[in-house]
Amino acid sequence: MVKVSRRTAAAGAALLAFGLAGSAFAQSTVKIGAVYPLSGNAASAGNYEKMAIELAAEVVNNGNAELARMLPFISPTGGLPGLKGAKVQVVVADNQGAPAAGANQTLRLITQEKVAAVIGAYQSGITETTSAIAEKYGIPFVNPESVAANLTERGFKWFFRVTPVAADFAKAYSAFLREQKAAGKKVDSIAIIHENTEYGNSVAKVIAEVFKTDGLNVTQNISYSANSTDVQPQVLQLKEKNPDVAIFISYTSDAILYTKTMKEQNWKPQILIADDAGFNDPKYIKEMGSQVEGLISRTSFAAGKPGSVAAIFDALYKKKTNGDGLEDVSGRGLQGMLVLLDAINRAGSTDPAKIQAALKATDLKQEQMVAGYKGVKFDAKGQNILASSIVTQMRGGQYAPVWPKANATADLVLPYKGW
Amino acid sequence: MSMTLVQVVVSGLLLGAIYALFSSGLTLIWGMMNVVNFAHGDFVMLGMYTAVVVWTALGGGPWASVPIAAIAIASLGIASYFLLVRHIMRGPMLAQILGTFGLALFLRYSAFNVFGANFRTLPDTLVGHSFVLGGIRFEGARVLAGAVGLIVTLALHFMLTRTAIGSRMLAVSEDATAAQLMGIRPQRMQALAWGLAGAATGIAGALIATFFYTSPTVGETLAIVAFVTVSFGGFGSVLGALVAGLIIGVVESVSAFEIGPVYKDVVVYVLFVLVLWFRPQGLMGKT
Repeated sequence: MVKVSRRTAAAGAALLAFGLAGSAFAQSTVKIGAVYPLSGNAASAGNYEKMAIELAAEVVNNGNAELARMLPFISPTGGLPGLKGAKVQVVVADNQGAPAAGANQTLRLITQEKVAAVIGAYQSGITETTSAIAEKYGIPFVNPESVAANLTERGFKWFFRVTPVAADFAKAYSAFLREQKAAGKKVDSIAIIHENTEYGNSVAKVIAEVFKTDGLNVTQNISYSANSTDVQPQVLQLKEKNPDVAIFISYTSDAILYTKTMKEQNWKPQILIADDAGFNDPKYIKEMGSQVEGLISRTSFAAGKPGSVAAIFDALYKKKTNGDGLEDVSGRGLQGMLVLLDAINRAGSTDPAKIQAALKATDLKQEQMVAGYKGVKFDAKGQNILASSIVTQMRGGQYAPVWPKANATADLVLPYKGW
Repeated sequence: MSMTLVQVVVSGLLLGAIYALFSSGLTLIWGMMNVVNFAHGDFVMLGMYTAVVVWTALGGGPWASVPIAAIAIASLGIASYFLLVRHIMRGPMLAQILGTFGLALFLRYSAFNVFGANFRTLPDTLVGHSFVLGGIRFEGARVLAGAVGLIVTLALHFMLTRTAIGSRMLAVSEDATAAQLMGIRPQRMQALAWGLAGAATGIAGALIATFFYTSPTVGETLAIVAFVTVSFGGFGSVLGALVAGLIIGVVESVSAFEIGPVYKDVVVYVLFVLVLWFRPQGLMGKT
């Protein structure tokens, strides 16, 4: 019997020691859960985002004198200044590209890893399920990149979305086009050509609505199937009406066909805009870039001028990935993590309620951005109201930021040149 | 008729000839041996990659890639026949369907492994620039593919109907045992059918690659069109595939232009159902 009681005592002591160590540990470490697709068909994007999020934590932990001057949550010597130099630990979980797996992993992160906040989850459908778990347990959830409109319409109190959504892209295009009109360019007729699944339909609809409100004249709306074998009729429809501006919302294979067919039929508008996606696929740029000189697109990341927050992080990221710079997805992921780190630092605590309050009070300025936003400030629904897009233009086989002026590294050249 | 509409019809005819070209191999194999080759689209895809490889490795245009692709895919067809099709033909219908379907997946994912998921394109100067004739624009690559499509399908048709070897192949397809009694070796004829179908498919792939994108899944997109063309024209009839290809090409182009691109499939499939309603064997298929 003595043996047993001795063993119990030992176990009790160990538990006590563990608990003590645990609480001591908790004071010097902030655990953040990151739920991303590390396997499945979005694994490539997921892994790039994971590296971006880890980079943000490394910079906070190791300190960076240059960034410390611009970002209050980064110290020159390392650790979060608001938490007496506490370190950040990112606990990464694989959402496997499945909404159920994402939810299970989030549950594990919250209940077993005891994370203070969760960031994720790339695919809109998975962000929907994972953030519902965080909401249930009262843990702050920061979403850097999912664009489905309904995510911020659920009345959630713990959900914060940093990325711009379709309405923001539409506003950026509208402001851009109105500026061109004011400068004397012809933008009297606009054609929208979009693939007919959720992405193309929803973005086209929002663009048409925003343009209508802003007095821009959409004269043609062409919907097509992205796996078409032939796009000649669409291009001939465009050629016949000859709009001043054409906006394409396409995936990669159809983007290639449109580019080739427009050259075959020798048609080009004054201004050609392609909404991200297919036209921004690195493979599209590599194979077709030389055929679409002057094509206008959008991104949320531009390295910008040397010495800027974006440029410094871009250089650090290149070092971490052996050469791959930040782009649209990883840039937004990194920005999301910085927003969360800023809030935790201001909360001065790992208490979820205090982090939530700090997130609500977020007020980051444009010069503190990695992504090309005007800043970060959340509305009552948790949407970043300062999220915006940078307009880019294809120059010699690469996109360069041209608008707004603050982010531009090249001058806008119109009309569209093509091949 | 406006000039643009004429352009639409001409583009549709060229597209149709190309449809016929990549459908002829499928219909030939069905006509010869009552086997539906579900790997057909992936044969086209490999023909396209042959053209990409020939261009990147040798810098050669269609004059080099078309014969090489023809030989490569013909060899693939013959190998598929001896290693797979010959055996599964003895099994139930389901085994045949799943057998060629398995071959399709094998080829597709091998292509993923070897070439990666990336899209590839050939430079559009490979065949020649587009030209204007009577106010109508013609793209060199498409004209070449369409013309070769016409020649290949007509040549296959005449070979089957006007030559001794064609008669032997048809004899085997009608009654292999009787043909064997007449001194024809059925396996040799069937292997020849797979070789010819492969050659036609390889030519199609190499030519399509000059104006289309190439990726491991491109076969899926093209196979659907091939199946529609073949059943529209009549399974087994090469000439039927040609006529059906041309009809589908023009109907698709005109309806996409006049009604809208999302509705073109509706028009094509309604027409397709109507044809099958009145002629279940297809336009030129035998009952």
